[in-house]
Amino acid sequence: KAEPTKLYYHEVHIYKKDGNNWSKIHVLKEHNGQVTGIDWAPESNRIVTCGTDRNAYVWTLKGDAWKPTLVILRINRAARCVKWSPKENKFAVGSGSRLISVCYFEQDNDWWVCKHIKKPIRSTILCLDWHPNNILLAAGSCDFKYCPLIFISKEVEEKPAPTAWGSKMPFGEVMFESTGTSGWAHSVCFSDSGNRVAWASHDSTVAVAEGGKTAVCASLTSETLPLLCVTFITENSLVAAGHDCYPVLFVYDSNKAAMSFGGKLDVPKQSAQKGMTARERFQNLDKKATADSKEAVLESVHKNSISQISILNGGKAQCAKFCTTGMDGGMAIWDVKTLESAMKDLKIV
Amino acid sequence: MAKNTLSSRFRKVDIDEFDENKFVDDHDEPADQQGPDAVEVDNLIRQGDMMAALHIALRNPPINSRNPAIKERAQAVVLRVLTSFKSSDIEPAVKSLNKNGVDLLMRYIYKGFERPTENSSAILLQWHEKAFAVGGLGSIVRVMTARKTV
Repeated sequence: KAEPTKLYYHEVHIYKKDGNNWSKIHVLKEHNGQVTGIDWAPESNRIVTCGTDRNAYVWTLKGDAWKPTLVILRINRAARCVKWSPKENKFAVGSGSRLISVCYFEQDNDWWVCKHIKKPIRSTILCLDWHPNNILLAAGSCDFKYCPLIFISKEVEEKPAPTAWGSKMPFGEVMFESTGTSGWAHSVCFSDSGNRVAWASHDSTVAVAEGGKTAVCASLTSETLPLLCVTFITENSLVAAGHDCYPVLFVYDSNKAAMSFGGKLDVPKQSAQKGMTARERFQNLDKKATADSKEAVLESVHKNSISQISILNGGKAQCAKFCTTGMDGGMAIWDVKTLESAMKDLKIV
Repeated sequence: MAKNTLSSRFRKVDIDEFDENKFVDDHDEPADQQGPDAVEVDNLIRQGDMMAALHIALRNPPINSRNPAIKERAQAVVLRVLTSFKSSDIEPAVKSLNKNGVDLLMRYIYKGFERPTENSSAILLQWHEKAFAVGGLGSIVRVMTARKTV
């Protein structure tokens, strides 16, 4: 098992898991600026990275080393996020140039070409996700208005079957947009069937839209800090995490077109409170204005905001394990069955 | 002297107007929002029915309106209701609001913080504490990320 991590400078480090230890096996150096997005295509074993140097590189493993191929994105601002399509024959890059570059490999010229999706994007694209049909692309941006936008991105494929989001499909056409939430979109995710799309936005809301004759939108405002990443783990359940440093479960009920909070997924073990002398209490009161002896340390697994959730096993339909990575530099792996049995009242439908 | 030092009219040109990529904010049609009914609110305050006064004051918020006078008036009405509450009644009043109501209340509270008067800040802080207990950080984040103010 190998895990690439993009660090906050211009290198990508790949770690390999040996039992319980991770060892760094490769360092990918090619970007001139911070690497902002990375995606690993499991079938074709290629990595695509994008960065603030306005470039993307596709890395292929040749022997023991990863060789980069430059992809010209034709953007004049930083690239922000990148995702391989489900068939891994193309990838999409969201950037600050207010457009999405969809890149595919041209066999004749032996290099990657890109096509731009421009309208009606008016601001930086922050997050992308592909529909399982390899054609539709959902994007979330900073324009406070439309999120998510679902585009068609089809170049060389045959006409695809109609989906819940519509059937006429010229390139770059917007199939769906929603103005239900405000604030910029941190993360967007299609469900396994592609009929639903979820997104987390900076106004502390999470929402799900279901395609159909008339698309239905359900959103849930939360009392917590904004969520940074969201993913489906079954067709009806979502796991999301963000600035509050713990993952939470949301459930979408399509009959009621409503979302509900399913529970916190990180319940820290209660540590025994040791007895306090009167003197300690007074000192605490004097210094911290509280007699509480709890230190100002987070009890959750992650000690800083969680920026990404990735499904490890089971896909988005029946996720068995997922992994969270955070700004504390930590990575945690969560087992769904263990969570279900550990927390009472937690039901993953 | 060189010719181009004579006129400095070019310095007054707003170069950003000519930028193709300039972000143009969508102008939604101003909805016909007049803000809460001040007369009805006044009556309810006089009768002592503070809960009803609060609920009426939180109706019809002039969010989409671009008329500052309407917004001022709405803010004044809400502030009047908030300051007329007894401290002990604040908590049950906040609890009687639904999620959207709490979010809206939080928006008016922050609007009130912008222009503090003699007593308003103290009362608003009490309201803020109770609203925060119900709405959490999320309701404050929503005030901060909202593009249209109340």
